[in-house]
Amino acid sequence: MIQADLTVILPEIILAVYAMAALIGAVYTTKDKLAPALVWVTAGLMAALSFWIATNGEGTNVAFNGMFVDDGFARFAKVAILLSAAAVLLMSQEYMARRDLLRFEFPLLVALAAVGMMMMVSAGDLMSLYMGLELQSLALYVVAALRRDSAKSTEAGLKYFVLGALSSGLLLYGASLVYGFTGTTLFSGIIATVQAGDVSLGLLFGLIFLISGLAFKVSAVPFHMWTPDVYEGSPTPITAFFATAPKVAAMALFARLLHDAFGGIVKDWQQVIVLLSVLSMLLGAIAAIGQRDIKRLMAFSSIAHMGYALIGLAAGTEMGIKAMLMYLAIYVTMNIGTFAFILMMERDGKPVTDIDALRQYSKRDPGKALAVLILMFSLAGVPPMLGFFAKFGVWQAGVSAGLTGLVIVSAIASVIGAFYYLRIVFYMYFGDENEDPIETRSTPVLWGALMGSAALMLIGVFYQFGVEGAAAAAAATLVN
Amino acid sequence: MDNILSMVTFIPAIAAGLMALFLHENDAAAQRNAKWIALLATTVTFFVSIGIYTGFDPSNTGFQMVEEAEWLLGLKYKMGVDGISILFVLLTTFIMPLTILASWQVTDRVKEYMIAFLLLETLMLGVFMALDLVLFYLFFEAGLIPMFLIIGIWGGANRIYASFKFFLYTFLGSVLMLVAMVAMYADAGTTDIEALMSHQFSSDGFSVLGVYIVGGMQTLMFLAFFASFAVKMPMWPVHTWLPDAHVQAPTAGSVVLAAILLKMGGYGFLRFSLPMFPVGSAVMTDLVLWMSAIAVVYTSLVALVQEDMKKLIAYSSVAHMGFVTMGIFAANQQGIDGAIFQMISHGFISAALFLCVGVIYDRMHTRDIDAYGGLVIRMPAYALVFMLFTMANVGLPGTSGFIGEFLTLMGAFQVNTWVTAVAATGVIFSAGYALWLYRRVVFGDLIKESLKSITDMSARERLIFAPLIVMTILLGVYPSLVTDVIGNSTAALISNYDTALTAAEAATQTAASH
Repeated sequence: MIQADLTVILPEIILAVYAMAALIGAVYTTKDKLAPALVWVTAGLMAALSFWIATNGEGTNVAFNGMFVDDGFARFAKVAILLSAAAVLLMSQEYMARRDLLRFEFPLLVALAAVGMMMMVSAGDLMSLYMGLELQSLALYVVAALRRDSAKSTEAGLKYFVLGALSSGLLLYGASLVYGFTGTTLFSGIIATVQAGDVSLGLLFGLIFLISGLAFKVSAVPFHMWTPDVYEGSPTPITAFFATAPKVAAMALFARLLHDAFGGIVKDWQQVIVLLSVLSMLLGAIAAIGQRDIKRLMAFSSIAHMGYALIGLAAGTEMGIKAMLMYLAIYVTMNIGTFAFILMMERDGKPVTDIDALRQYSKRDPGKALAVLILMFSLAGVPPMLGFFAKFGVWQAGVSAGLTGLVIVSAIASVIGAFYYLRIVFYMYFGDENEDPIETRSTPVLWGALMGSAALMLIGVFYQFGVEGAAAAAAATLVN
Repeated sequence: MDNILSMVTFIPAIAAGLMALFLHENDAAAQRNAKWIALLATTVTFFVSIGIYTGFDPSNTGFQMVEEAEWLLGLKYKMGVDGISILFVLLTTFIMPLTILASWQVTDRVKEYMIAFLLLETLMLGVFMALDLVLFYLFFEAGLIPMFLIIGIWGGANRIYASFKFFLYTFLGSVLMLVAMVAMYADAGTTDIEALMSHQFSSDGFSVLGVYIVGGMQTLMFLAFFASFAVKMPMWPVHTWLPDAHVQAPTAGSVVLAAILLKMGGYGFLRFSLPMFPVGSAVMTDLVLWMSAIAVVYTSLVALVQEDMKKLIAYSSVAHMGFVTMGIFAANQQGIDGAIFQMISHGFISAALFLCVGVIYDRMHTRDIDAYGGLVIRMPAYALVFMLFTMANVGLPGTSGFIGEFLTLMGAFQVNTWVTAVAATGVIFSAGYALWLYRRVVFGDLIKESLKSITDMSARERLIFAPLIVMTILLGVYPSLVTDVIGNSTAALISNYDTALTAAEAATQTAASH
């Protein structure tokens, strides 16, 4: 029995054991000198695990009496999480090394966060949900404050920690209510109660608290306040990490909880998700207009994008989950490319995040400017870039589920949002000459991430590398 | 030649890709190469597109030369032409080599400029050939990107305002259309335009937020599509982006905008609104007809007071597009034939007028009407060409402008006499502003010092105008060239439209009698 259980969570165990062994190893040997090697090894291990999960997993395997579920949905999310975490790790190495930030803990904390995320998307029980969530969050609090001598970075870490603790509290309170009114923490037990028609007010209360706690993690409005500050204050590679893997994990966990535990009462949570989605899209679109700092801008952009992804969740259908997964995969790809570019932006060796610095950038480096142009139009959802198909997918799911009003609001929000993406293009291509131009120092990894993600936005229109099929299969295992 | 449509569509894009990959230097030789490659690519596209014309059977009202392949998200890559779209395809391939020639003097970022125009051609051609809703939307929207860059990078002093206004205005209209497209997909289960034409969307009225919607879903869908096409067309009162975009765009950009991009709105009405939402169209007909009449009169009056030549012609374009919408929503043979004819003819005439402005702008670098006068003395050939197109713009019989205006007025007269009476005054106003413009620029004494050394048109400029002159006069004296090609398709469109309306009416009466 135990052996069968362990086989199911073998990838998580390998990553966790590796992280701890490497931690001990580094402490007793050369410490920070080992960091570059650890970055490569961690990224390599994550890529290998994701390959393994993608090719080997089959069917639905349950371990530890239902607390841990390994199904197609979990595998899809894990592959996305591991690949994006590995990409961000590789992208950050050079940036952090040059600024004396590359401590050996960094790759290992990212690995531990990844273990937490893998636990989250596989959770089959409120306990394992919380364990995964906290493992992820604690690792993230630490990396947010990685730059110990910077007030902004420590402020970001502390803010994130305090607000994160609050949201964990909300979540736990919700979990206790749900446990109290259903008598179980297992998703399968909760859904049995719910489907039996025994939906009490207390249970709904608990559900709302659970949703609030998770909304914080996906930074959906009105639980978004930490996002701009944390994005701006953290070192850029950390911001890039925040914007990718944890978002996928939190959204996947959201979907898992709502469908596996509360699948019978879609109507009850749908209105809450619709509200979160509308607010996120509108706030993300409007608040970003005034931003001059590209990292803050990307923070609002990610809030808006989570709003669009939530449309898929709000639909409460298999089609909606599929659209949401596609949206996340495309969103992560776009963000990796965009952050690769932000990591390159610097002047005299110091990072620059003011978008004003991009004036007439296209004249100095037309290739990279073109890639950023493609990414910006893709983020805005203009065809023929892949970002458009992401939006099309969630809208399709929304309309099919009868949420036409939500889709119309999101269409209007996407036009407002297009303005600030266009403004970046405007600075790069039409702006006045800048007396103090930025340099973009590109390493092969950064260059590859930027160009690769821009190219994928165009190639994806013709060929999706099986992502669409995988998302469909994943959605089918979650919703039934 | 099974995939001639894809060939025509993607030749410019392939040329643009090759240019992007292999032209690296930015010296004079590379700039020359970029121009020649662009000219060659657009010319080849034109000659290949003649194959579409010769292979086309006008007696067949269905889609021809159809290509189909699977695509993502259950969508299809499907291309085809029928009598309604084929002439727009040819208009596009015909105009593009001329715009490249008109851009011969560009010196700033020539390679990027040519790539933008080539990509734009591909996207415009795709709009007219796409037979899948989302594929159509993709081409329709993607065209905004190169145009945004063309106005923003190579435009005039106020180009940034104009490019943002252009992009956001049209984007807002289009996303509403996209929502309607998603709803159509959900309702009909297909995005195939051919299949959607025979799908009956519900026309039962219902209430939204307390407002009763006559024609129900069809009316809402019509409005969503209308939001997009009316902006693109552009119809009064959502035309305000056009004068800004025209004034700030480089000459070639204005030409493409006036000659081809504006036609997408009219094409959209004919491809989607009338055939797919007949009841919705019928509900809104009166409104659209009056908006058209107002557009004709109002924008003609606005054109009268313009100081800027390009702005004047831009407003005149809006007025002429008013005739087009009037003809389309008259929904009879003369009206729709006239609307298509007017669009094709306006494609040649407005292109030529913007090129005329471009000729003197290149010499004097101003578009102020006051800065000119007496040009006929130094530029007789230019005066002749400009006069011909001024007359065509006014709608003088013998030029193509006359046929379109006359047919649309005749079609609309059978439906709504008052609208026609109001719109007909626009013909007089158009004579007013166009002739006055001509008098102020070309006639009078040549007293301005700066104009004393101006030179007449070069061989390149004459070469650009020659095909446009031929087409304008040819269509003016022999309109069957157009009407024979489109006639059967428009007749089929109208008979389907009338059948659908009769059926819907019968259904309402049965429902009422129970």
